Amino acid sequence: MFAVFMQVIKRELITAFRRKSDILNPLWFFIIVITLFPLGIGPEPNLLLRIAPGVIWVAALLSALLSMERLFRDDFLDGSLEQLMLTNTPLGVIVTAKVVAHWLLTGVPILLVSPLLAVFLSLDANTFTATFITLLLGTPVLSFVGAIGVALTVGLRKGGVLLSLLILPLFIPVLIFATSAIDAASFGVSYAGPVAILGAMLAASVTLSPFAIAASLRVSLS
Amino acid sequence: MQFDSFSAFLAMGGYGFYVWLAVAFSLLSLGSLTVATIVKRRQIIDEIKNKHQRIERMRAAEKMENTL
Amino acid sequence: MWKWLHPYAKPEKSYNLAGKMLPWFALFSAISLTIGMVWGFVFAPADYQQGDSFRIIYLHVPAASLSMGAYLSMAIAAFIGLVWQLKMADMAVAAIAPIGAVFTAIALFTGAVWGKPMWGAWWVWDARLTSELILLFLYLGVIAIYGAFSDKLLAGRAAGILALVGVINLPVIHYSVEWWNTLHQKATISKFDKPSMDTDMLWPLLINLLGFGLLFGTLTLMRFRNELITRESHRPWVKKLFIEDK
Repeated sequence: MFAVFMQVIKRELITAFRRKSDILNPLWFFIIVITLFPLGIGPEPNLLLRIAPGVIWVAALLSALLSMERLFRDDFLDGSLEQLMLTNTPLGVIVTAKVVAHWLLTGVPILLVSPLLAVFLSLDANTFTATFITLLLGTPVLSFVGAIGVALTVGLRKGGVLLSLLILPLFIPVLIFATSAIDAASFGVSYAGPVAILGAMLAASVTLSPFAIAASLRVSLS
Repeated sequence: MQFDSFSAFLAMGGYGFYVWLAVAFSLLSLGSLTVATIVKRRQIIDEIKNKHQRIERMRAAEKMENTL
Repeated sequence: MWKWLHPYAKPEKSYNLAGKMLPWFALFSAISLTIGMVWGFVFAPADYQQGDSFRIIYLHVPAASLSMGAYLSMAIAAFIGLVWQLKMADMAVAAIAPIGAVFTAIALFTGAVWGKPMWGAWWVWDARLTSELILLFLYLGVIAIYGAFSDKLLAGRAAGILALVGVINLPVIHYSVEWWNTLHQKATISKFDKPSMDTDMLWPLLINLLGFGLLFGTLTLMRFRNELITRESHRPWVKKLFIEDK
């Protein structure tokens, strides 16, 4: 079972690296959105520091949304998703592998460019650490919860807008706790509490959402 | 009875606008939901009738073809 | 229990049962809403702090609690539909979602209208208002996904899954919003935190709550019957129902 898990991840990574724009475009979008805020609001460092948590996380949500569709869409169109469902590995394992691969391709790049954010939004070291930790714990939650929405809408012709309507409300708790952790860090107080809750959300979404994703895929493919 | 007159009832102690706005919105939305449900039922029934009549006509036409 | 319940899993039986219950639900909801509203709006004493504006409570609180109750019942129906593969439970999900959305919209609107004279603003990011708004988004998502599938059998199942995901998320959302609120709201608004209500105010509220609940039942039965005959429109029992009685 673990071999299949690794194999699916490997396959996802290989196909993604053949089409690099799928990974780069959401990341690019993330950086551009973050650049727009100082341009729109003004370059005053204190103000930027004040709005930084919200800006970073809203940008992360939107870019996650952009990359979400490719999670199942291509495999659905060329029929390989059906093939994956016909294997004797439980569907939950396969979708978990696909979501982990998706996070490696979209979440990790955001983590890698996050030092850039620190420079752009004039974050101090402590705030940056908090930002990094919340992104590390929060982006997998986005991938797992978002995958439910993608699995529900993959069979629909106009699934894109619907997808964002379905999953953005579900992202709200992540947004709240992540931004408040960064906020707390920027005031120099302990942010362990919200980070712990983010960790709990990650654990819950990793264990529960594969069932929902698998059930939704069965609906979409029947 | 809390109000001395009908106009006092309408005024709601100065809050008339807010109270009646809330009442109007509630009545309007619940009312339109109910009406929409009833209209929908009529439409569905009409559709069902049409559908089955069409099937009947098609059967009759088939029979005619066979006899001709 | 299953032996007793099983005949009602037949669409025809449950259509007729819903039809039999419908007039009673409608009648009792009309009676209790009339009593409750007249009592609440005419006879209940005015609040010592909020004056007559508090009478909005007789719309706001029943709508708000029913909006959550409706979501819960929708999720229960979704669970039954998913676990026991009962088609009619999915139809109930589809029937309930728009009603719940309307109740949520009423709760939000009356909350805003009540907030204007009390807090001086149409909208404040109060924890309860915010989670109610998110609840509305969740309802709209269920309605949207049900409308997006052209095959209504699949649509019902997809809507059911989304309703269940939502109900797991709902407490998380609610507590996160509450926590966020205590974090951000510096100016406290605790005008509503009164220890107890006068019984003359409470009774009409309870009667209205019952009335709204029965109204919810009435509308659910009506919409459920609609769903049932739409999806079974090709079946002989539906045909018999509408063709031969002319």
